[in-house]
Amino acid sequence: MISVEAIFDHAVTLALGALCLSFLVTIYRIVKGPTLPDRILALDMLVTTAIGFIAVIGIKTGYALYVDVAIALGLVGFLATVAFARFVLSRGKTEDDIRTEIRDAATMARREAKARSRASAGTMAGNPGAAAHARSGQTAGEPTNE
Amino acid sequence: MNELLILISAALLLIGSAFTLIASLGLLRLPDLYTRMHAASKAGTMGACLMLIALAIHAADFGTMSRALAGVVFILLTAPVSAHLLAKAAYAVGYRLHESSVRDEMASKDDR
Repeated sequence: MISVEAIFDHAVTLALGALCLSFLVTIYRIVKGPTLPDRILALDMLVTTAIGFIAVIGIKTGYALYVDVAIALGLVGFLATVAFARFVLSRGKTEDDIRTEIRDAATMARREAKARSRASAGTMAGNPGAAAHARSGQTAGEPTNE
Repeated sequence: MNELLILISAALLLIGSAFTLIASLGLLRLPDLYTRMHAASKAGTMGACLMLIALAIHAADFGTMSRALAGVVFILLTAPVSAHLLAKAAYAVGYRLHESSVRDEMASKDDR
C-alpha cells in the first residue's frame, strides 16, 4: 500500500507536468495565432493557466501567500482582456487581417479547383463504365424504392 | 479524515490540470476564434477553479480557505464577462466565422 503522501506528491508532479504542457501549447497559439483576438484569447488562457500553476505551487510549498498573488493575477488578467477587447473594437481590421483572409480564401479556392479537376478527370477516364454502372444502378434501384 | 482530505485534494488537482490541458488543446486544434473561445473560457476556467478548490481543501486555516474560495468566485464572475466582450468586439469588427460553421445567429436577416 502506497502512503497518502506519496500519492499526493505524484499528483502534484503530474499536475505540474500537464500545466507545463498546456503553457507551451498556449504559447504556440500566441505566436502563431492568425489574428489579434486569437492572441488576446490565448493570453487570457495563459493567465488562467498561471493561476492554476500558482495554486499547485502554493499547495506544494505550503505558503498561503500565493493565494493573494493568484487573486491579483486574476484581476490584472481580467482588466487586460477587457482593455484589449476595447482596443480591438476601436482599431477595426488591419491590413494584416485582410491579407490573411485573402490568403485563406485563395488556398480554399485552389483546393476546391483541384478537387473539381480530379473529379472531372475521374469521370472522363471511367466515363462509359461509370455511367453505365450509374444507369443500371438507378434502374435497378428504382423498383426497389417504389 | 485528514488522509481523505489529502486524497480529495490530489484528485481535484489532477482533474483541474487535465481540464486546463484539454482547454489548451482546444485552443490549438479548433478552427476559428469563436470555437477556440468556447474551449478556453469554459474548460480553462473550470481547471483554474478546481485547482484553487484543491488549495482551499488542502489549506489548514480558515483564512487561506476563504481567500481561495473568494478567488474561485472572482474567476467565475469575470471569465464569462471578458470572453463575451472579446467575442462581441471581434464580431463587430468583422472577423469571419469558419466556413464549417452551420449557423450565425447574429447575422442580419437577409444574409442568413
